Amino acid sequence: MNTDRTPTESTDVCIVGAGPAGALVADRLAARGHDVVVLEAGERFDDDSRRERMERHIRPGHGPLSVWEMGGERDAYTSSGDRGYPLNRARVKGVGGSTLHWQGMVMRLHERDFEQASRRGVATDWPLPYDDLRPYYAAAERALGVAGAADNPFAPPREEPYPMPAFEPSYSDSLFADACERLGIAMHSVPNARNSEAYADESPCVGYGTCKPVCPSGAKYDATRHVASAEGEGARVIDQAAVQRLEHDAAGEAVTAAVYATPDGETHRQEARQFVVACGGVETPRLLLLSASDAYPEGLANTSGAVGRYFMDHVFAGTGGVLEEETRQNHVGFLTSECHQFYDDPTRGTDQGVPSADGDASEYARLKLEFLNYAGPSPVQEALGSEEWGDALLGSLRQSYGNHIAMGGLVEQRPCAEHYVGLDDSRTDDHGNPVPDVHWGIDDVTRRTIERANEIQERVLAELGAEVTWQVGPENTGPAFHHMGTTRMGRDPAESVVTPELRTHDLDNLWIAGSSVFVTGGAMNPTLTLAALSLKAANHLHDTLT
Amino acid sequence: MELSRRDALAALAATGVAVGGAAVLADDETDDRPLDADSRETMVAAAHTLYPTPVENVEPFVDAFLDGRVHDRPDHAAGIASATDYLDDYTRSWDGESFANLHRLTRSDALHAMNADTADPDPNGSDVERVRYYVVNELLFALYASPTGGTLVGIENPLGHPGGAGSYQQPP
Repeated sequence: MNTDRTPTESTDVCIVGAGPAGALVADRLAARGHDVVVLEAGERFDDDSRRERMERHIRPGHGPLSVWEMGGERDAYTSSGDRGYPLNRARVKGVGGSTLHWQGMVMRLHERDFEQASRRGVATDWPLPYDDLRPYYAAAERALGVAGAADNPFAPPREEPYPMPAFEPSYSDSLFADACERLGIAMHSVPNARNSEAYADESPCVGYGTCKPVCPSGAKYDATRHVASAEGEGARVIDQAAVQRLEHDAAGEAVTAAVYATPDGETHRQEARQFVVACGGVETPRLLLLSASDAYPEGLANTSGAVGRYFMDHVFAGTGGVLEEETRQNHVGFLTSECHQFYDDPTRGTDQGVPSADGDASEYARLKLEFLNYAGPSPVQEALGSEEWGDALLGSLRQSYGNHIAMGGLVEQRPCAEHYVGLDDSRTDDHGNPVPDVHWGIDDVTRRTIERANEIQERVLAELGAEVTWQVGPENTGPAFHHMGTTRMGRDPAESVVTPELRTHDLDNLWIAGSSVFVTGGAMNPTLTLAALSLKAANHLHDTLT
Repeated sequence: MELSRRDALAALAATGVAVGGAAVLADDETDDRPLDADSRETMVAAAHTLYPTPVENVEPFVDAFLDGRVHDRPDHAAGIASATDYLDDYTRSWDGESFANLHRLTRSDALHAMNADTADPDPNGSDVERVRYYVVNELLFALYASPTGGTLVGIENPLGHPGGAGSYQQPP
């Protein structure tokens, strides 16, 4: 393997971060003949190590951060908000980025997500409508390889079938289906970035069941596919090249170099005509803040003061229980059915038994509901944590496995300036840089919407005849690990960091790709949208370079 | 329920071993295999205690699993050897016999007595924590990540086993 980490002498584009955003931009630009260098802070993991990583996930004794080797001085952080934020559980540093451990759910945002201020008087509108992003969504679905079906009556309009057929519903979906039909709730398929048939030189899903945090087969999309493709087109990807800061010219109009450190203790400068920051919703604003200068004392590209502000995630709402029949859980690690019926108006009930909620729709955030295929314990994991063995263990496993059932859901967090990613000057990382400070919490709208999600979930489980045994509500909810909003997009340089073309307002040759540019997050898993935006950024970059 | 060579391959598939077949599951039983005969005997004896009584054909399953498990992984072989040595030392001190020579239920008593039931599994931990990791959990993982072990519980495609994307759709 090539371990030369010295800079490329002359290049068109330098991209910081080899996750999905950076990989897609690199691939598209390299395919169009541009010279591209990608600097990735983490390492390039060996594909052959994935089953060992899976074992670390399944077996106690390793810890969740060991799967992708997160943690330590490199990844130190502070969590200072009302709610603790487990940042290193929420991300992977390495070639492929957090798609290495993601679930792989890829829904488009709804049309109304782009227009919440003008339609409801809440949050902020995006500077572009759904229609502008629509062709990029289709391109992103092809790029990621999405298995889906046009059976969702609540989804925004689309122009072509998904690249692959949807995964068939699970057996437990069929149990939910009867109850939901009686309640007037529509179930539909889940678009998955996971091969339901051979695609992109990878096999169909073979059912390891450990999608999150690792897919040993490669059937789940991760950004190493586009890294490999970009490299095939001539791009250069340098791993373990931690960018320390971006430098700009005397006028403060253009970035001149990315300064990065390598494991041999050296520091290098990568110069380029254009720069793309694509290192996620936390490290992207952190890098800009670390790059403060006389011209940009509050952080590079931060004339608006919005860099790091408006940090959003999705929060989880769930309800589970047991039935007096088998439910066939834990065969696969992905979802096959969900429900967007209450997404645009969570207050709306059904004539068949879901009560309406008090108040106006504007008093609620978005929510989507999910039907889980992995409720209750996995027998192998339970066995490895048991204090029994032999016949006693088998008896216990038989008793605990088999009849669990559960619903999950994601709830939107609206942008809030008081939730931010900043720098903690009192702590430093392995290179002496202040660590990120994630200041996060949950507001009343989010809390109310979680309660509403729980109410609907309880109603479904009651119709199913389940005994409810657990619930994740406002008090014990946690983040879904979707980092958004910290370099928001907009037309007004006083209010936003990047333009609708994803170029920073402040510097002509600095672009941002990733979910940090989201204005609002809806309640949809963000990767398809960030992929679509990255393809859009690549188009604009290409136009700029030619 | 009988364990098979296919089960051993399936269990290995969950562990990062490239299961090409013959190259991993060697048929010879020469002394230069990465894990010596005493350690293998101890592991087989432990499996007879740890596995439920309906499970048959334990010895060839464990032997085949270990072949794949320690192939090109000397550190893992050393971990298993060290843990089985400790088990033997322990039972020789308290029961006057090697672990493998004890009755199945006496072995269980010995594992409980040393707290292998409650110890945290830790490949770099204390003697008992390594017994929990390299013996108890190693063998339980081999069984319950295999289709036969999973089926005992009611799941023919357990976590870690690439059993395809069909079983999740099937009714009981």
